[in-house]
This record gives sequence, structure tokens and C-alpha cells, in this order.
Amino acid sequence: MAERKIRVVIAKPGLDGHDRGAKVVARALRDAGMEVIYTGIRQTPEMIAEAVLQEDADVVGLSILSGAHLELFPRILAACSERDISPEETLFFCGGIIPDEDIVALQKIGFKGVFGPGSNTQDIISFVHENVKQPA
Amino acid sequence: MPSSDASSATLEERLLRGDRRALSRLLTEVEASSRRGLEAMKVLYPHTGRAQTIGITGSPGSGKSTVTNELAKEYRRRDKSVGIVAIDPSSPFTEGAILGDRVRMQELTGDTGIFLRSLASRGSLGGLSEGTMDVILAMDAFGKDVILIETVGAGQDEVEIAGTAKTTILVNTPGMGDDIQAMKAGIMEIADVLAVNKADQPGADILVSQLSTLLSLAPKLDWEPPILKVIATEGAGIAELADACDQHFAHLHTSGLIEESERDRSRRQILNLARRQLLARLMEHSGGEDRLTQLVNAVADRELDPHSAVAEWLRDTSTSST
Repeated sequence: MAERKIRVVIAKPGLDGHDRGAKVVARALRDAGMEVIYTGIRQTPEMIAEAVLQEDADVVGLSILSGAHLELFPRILAACSERDISPEETLFFCGGIIPDEDIVALQKIGFKGVFGPGSNTQDIISFVHENVKQPA
Repeated sequence: MPSSDASSATLEERLLRGDRRALSRLLTEVEASSRRGLEAMKVLYPHTGRAQTIGITGSPGSGKSTVTNELAKEYRRRDKSVGIVAIDPSSPFTEGAILGDRVRMQELTGDTGIFLRSLASRGSLGGLSEGTMDVILAMDAFGKDVILIETVGAGQDEVEIAGTAKTTILVNTPGMGDDIQAMKAGIMEIADVLAVNKADQPGADILVSQLSTLLSLAPKLDWEPPILKVIATEGAGIAELADACDQHFAHLHTSGLIEESERDRSRRQILNLARRQLLARLMEHSGGEDRLTQLVNAVADRELDPHSAVAEWLRDTSTSST
């Protein structure tokens, strides 16, 4: 029996093309033994929700630097919920340029983790391990 | 594990009715060969066998993802529903993986007639992962007309795909080695269709003539693999490539070869599964990791040769299980 791996979708919504952070997180999670599906930049909410659906992701990490997170993240969650994917079952976290005052708002809609600049990748790995819901 | 069992009685039914969420959930289970996955395969298997499965293989950087992407769009234009299984390598050390095929297939995401699942090779050789066959079968049961399977970048001996897909495309590119490379046994022999990608690059025509010379030396069969020039990034030659796949698929049916290949596939899958389970049983009943470490040490220290080590290990099982 193959062991179930944690599957993570890392996506970059919105129009900024700075994906260094997303790639660093993707690699760190890979090196922690997870299977990371990287979608590339400039993803629409529908594209992200489709990727999460088709890949049956346990974890979704969104990276955004454009400042449109309060605009885009709720739409991503809505697109996911249309596909029967909810933050109760799938672990959502995000990172990028997110002002402190927005963190609570994001946590409220279902982002369990919000990681700003300077976050330690080890913290993100531990966060995933502690919060992921996995049937295996 | 039982957490999903409450609703799972209907996951298969939902899949067969075309529910994509149910397909996605079950793909995870069948890929892992979990108990739930094995249960699902019992229900799904009778609904399989219909799909046109096409393997796309070739060396890293030859353009497999782009060819797959373009073929998917071409089959959508032909009103076929499309499943894609894209396999990328796992790290041999951490077993983690970056699955990046979606980056090159972004434009497919808006089309619900396409379902793309990325798989990690999980240490399996041959360009596929162990769960690949069951993932393909589940997509087949779901009703996908065409299933494209993109292998890990393959070298010379990754021929597993030929026993898995009904049609195999080998993607070649100009400027990679001389014709002696192609004469070596293995991957060249498994191709049903040869694509010369990046055909706008220097050396493409030479490659085409080398390949056709090689094919002319091969024993004559009913099906002669066509050689097609493609510029995947521009979509050039893709319709012809799909035509060639369709012709090969039709040929399998008119010649009756499809039944033979179905038997080959079944035999291969049974043998693969048996191999896996025998090894699992060996690990379970013959002292497992500890016994293995013991034998490894003995072999590394030259106290025992590898063949005798295995013979000893197998002897442990027969005495412990009977």
C-alpha cells in the first residue's frame, strides 16, 4: 500500500507576476516530503478552484503581492465552495504583502494561516503538518 | 481509512453519473491503492475499457507537456471529453515532488470537459507511477473519451507506458544525440507514432530521415509508425498528430490487435500487483525492515552475495508462513 502524501496546491491569483515567494514555499514543502502542484502566475479564482478540485488537494496556499487579497480571496473561496470544497475540510493559507489589519478578516473567512514577508519556511511546514486534515 | 466512509457508499455512483468531485476523491484513493480505492476499483472496473488512451513520452525538455496540452485542445475541438494524467518525478530522498504540468496547461483549466490530474512518480521506474493504471481506469469509467498520459521525462528504457496506453507517441527533438542513440533497443521500439517536435529548429529534417531509415530497418508489421513534424508551441502539426493517433486506434480495432493488447495489459497489471504484494508480504512476514537491514549489512560487508541474501530472505517466509 502506498502511503498517502500531503497534496498542496500553490497558486498565485491576481495580476502581479512576482512568484519568488510562491516558489520558495513550494520547494520547502516539497523538501518536507509533500506533493506540491504549482499552477503558475495570474490565476483567476475559477482556475484556482478547478486546480484544487481536479488535484484533490489537502492544502491550498495562495500568494499575492498586489494588494487585492480582500477582493480576490473571498471570490476564490466562493469558487471553491461551488465545487463542494470548503475551508473546514481543505486547509487554506496565504502569504505575501498583507497588512496586519487584514489578517483577522482573512482568518475569519477561512485562511487558517497568514504568512507575511520574512516568514520562516519551517513555520509554514509545521503549520501544514499541524492543521492538515488527511484521511490517511 | 474510514473517515470518508459515511458518504462513500455513493462515491462510485456519483463518479459514474459524471460528478467530478467524486472522480477527484476516488482518484486519490485508487492512486494510493488504499482499501477504499481497491473497493472502488471493483465497482468501476466493469465500466472501463472504452477510452482511447494515448501515452506521450520522450526525453526531458522534448516538449511532452506542450504536445499534451495541444492534443487536449485538438480533441476538445473534435468534441471528445479529455482526461489528462501528468506524471512528474518524486525526490528519491524526501519523496516530495513539485508537479508543474499545470503551468503549461493553464489554458485548459477553464474547460470542464478536461480533467487533469498530476501524479508524482513515487519512486517507481518506467516513467509512470504505480497507481497510474488505476487512475486511468477511473477516468475511463467516468466516461472520458480520450485519456492522455504524459510520462516522466524518459530516457532509453522507460517503456512501461507502452503496456499501459493503447497508443504511444514518442516525442523526439532535433539536436539530441546521433542516430546510434535511436538504434539502441528500448524506447524507440515502443512508439506507435513518432513526433518530431521543434520542427522549426535546425536538424529536424535530418532527424526525420534518420528515424525513417531506422523504421525501414525494423521488421515489417501491419502498422508502420508514422513520423510527424510538429511545432507544439504554435500548434502546428497537432491535428495531423491526432489523426495519426486515431488511425492507430482504429487499426487496433480492425486488426483485432486490441484484444491482444488488452490481454497484454491485463497480464502486466496482474504481474505488477503480484510483485508489489509479494514484496509487501515479505516485508511483513519476514522480519521486515530489521531483517532487511541485517541482509543489507551482510551484503555491503561482503559476507553474503545479493543472490544468496534474497534466497535466505525467501526461505524465512516459507518457514514462517507455513
